[in-house]
Amino acid sequence: MTSKDTAAKPAEPSRRDILYIATGAAAAGAAAGMVWPLIAQMNPDASILALASTEVDLSSVPEGQIVTVKWRGKPVFVRHRTPAEIKAAEDTPLSVLPDPEADSKRVQKPEWLVIIGVCTHLGCIPTGKEGEYNGWFCPCHGSVYDLSGRIRSGPAPTNLEVPPYAFIAESKIKIG
Amino acid sequence: MEGHSQYTPKSGFARWLERRLPILSFMHDSFVSYPTPKNLNYMWVFGAILSFMLVAQIVTGVVLAMHYTPETTLAFDSVEKIMRDVNWGTILRYAHANGASMFFLAVYLHIFRGMYYGSYKDPREVLWILGVVIFMLMMATGFLGYVLPWGQMSFWAATVITNLFSAIPVVGTAITTWLLGGYSVDNPTLNRFYALHYLVPFIIVAIVALHVWALHVTGQNNPSGVEVKDVKKETVPFTPYATMKDAVGIAAFLVVYAWLTFFVPNYLGHPDNYIEANPLVTPPHIVPEWYFLPFYAILRAIPNKLLGVTALFASILITAALPWLDTSKVKSAVYRPLFRKEFWIFVAVCIGLGYLGAQPAEGAYLWFARVLSAYYFLHFLVILPVIGKVEKPEPVPESIDASILRGETSHV
Ligand code: HEM
Ligand code: FES
Repeated sequence: MTSKDTAAKPAEPSRRDILYIATGAAAAGAAAGMVWPLIAQMNPDASILALASTEVDLSSVPEGQIVTVKWRGKPVFVRHRTPAEIKAAEDTPLSVLPDPEADSKRVQKPEWLVIIGVCTHLGCIPTGKEGEYNGWFCPCHGSVYDLSGRIRSGPAPTNLEVPPYAFIAESKIKIG
Repeated sequence: MEGHSQYTPKSGFARWLERRLPILSFMHDSFVSYPTPKNLNYMWVFGAILSFMLVAQIVTGVVLAMHYTPETTLAFDSVEKIMRDVNWGTILRYAHANGASMFFLAVYLHIFRGMYYGSYKDPREVLWILGVVIFMLMMATGFLGYVLPWGQMSFWAATVITNLFSAIPVVGTAITTWLLGGYSVDNPTLNRFYALHYLVPFIIVAIVALHVWALHVTGQNNPSGVEVKDVKKETVPFTPYATMKDAVGIAAFLVVYAWLTFFVPNYLGHPDNYIEANPLVTPPHIVPEWYFLPFYAILRAIPNKLLGVTALFASILITAALPWLDTSKVKSAVYRPLFRKEFWIFVAVCIGLGYLGAQPAEGAYLWFARVLSAYYFLHFLVILPVIGKVEKPEPVPESIDASILRGETSHV
């Protein structure tokens, strides 16, 4: 700034300017505070956040079968994989996967695959034992998942998600 | 625009009111003496038809709302109750469901009319953009309404459309959860969709008022695309001329609407929507309502989530940029030999995309959808700007009167 500029304008903001800005800022803050509840009320409410976990008895699922259980309003697929299916999933080279992830990272016991049954594209429910890899096929826009629930082709960007779960007995799991 | 006749209050009450709120002269200027170009053809009746349909949707919607219950365990049954028990309920519901289809049919014809005659060009850019806003709000309303009967298609349409937002990097999933009020489509979703389905049509009413205001500032375009030069000679008063012509248009339109509603009420609907929503089973073949099909085809044509969703939204928003993408100074396609051909190719592309949107997304269908989606964007981004530069327009008449003397009134 040249000395001429400084001379033309007041050297410092006046008291009044500061009051204007402070009042304006306080009003904007108050307005934002009032708008926030109006926006936040649309987020999941307490009863939805408190949704309990789900237990599944695996002894009733024969080899080769898939059962669907509901957890947090979403379907979870529990698939009792056959030795051939396990082998196919494990032998798939990571280089052919759009979202590379080893089968061993996706299961706790190889014969039990537990995944959230919601297509990672736009949320449809894929059908089991269909598609090129006999894993899952999504009817909505044609995403194909393999025997580990990994995306192989189609518009879905990522693998079917593995929910948090734990074996609470030899053949019983708790999801969530 | 200066009107044909001046309103003079006749009764004492009218004079009293005029001095306090000049609403009578405002109505007179807008709907009686308002000058309309005398060469308008029947493609200009869709504004009136759209206004009629907006009112029809609100009236049938409000009465349906008196019987409908926005709760997941009751919604489907409440719609069935409307169909079986409520007096005249079947007809009221079919009128509302098919009314949405007729509304979209009219809006598409209205939009293509604007594209053919260059109605979006200077000085009608704001008018055009307000139209695009109305169209988007209509799409939102149609989607929200379709979720309410809580059938299988309702549920899965809600799932797919809300998940479109999950494609947004970083905050996408949080936005989808916020829209849904949960981790999947459920009661909170249905409840808010109902509140919004009731609200948005009234926002549309407000934007329509702005749209008509903008229209009345610039005046209507006309088939010759030449601006009115002499109001007295080249225009006729809105009433009775446009009023009567619009009435004829509405009557003809109502014949189709009535035929759909009374004779084939489920022709445009999907039978799966008569199966109650089941969050654990996606129907083998989900398709949106016919009026969303071209956009759905564009979404599915691209094998990448983020790009597909971006293309879907871009395909709608790009129409707002039309005034600046079309580089030709000549408005009407009547004098634009190259554009005239391109226009019909574009119409065919849109219809083709609509057809493909209803087919399974596989094999040859998918490839055709890719070609047509690419053409759709090329039309706006390359072909239109280039045609405007290279085309040699046919001689444009000096005035509307000159166009009429050439015998050009019948260009529908
Ligand atoms: C822009 C105007 C509107 C459009 C395009 C529209 C569209 C739709 C559509 C497509 C449906 C589904 C019909 C079906 O398949 O059953 C629907 C349902 C419904 N709409 Fe609207 N609507 C509009 C205005 C309104 C208004 C203003 C209200 C209420 C005040 C309303 C209340 C309802 C109700 C209660 C339902 C559920 C009953 C049923 O499914 O038939 N609508 N709407
Ligand atoms: S939702 Fe599964 S492919 Fe689109």
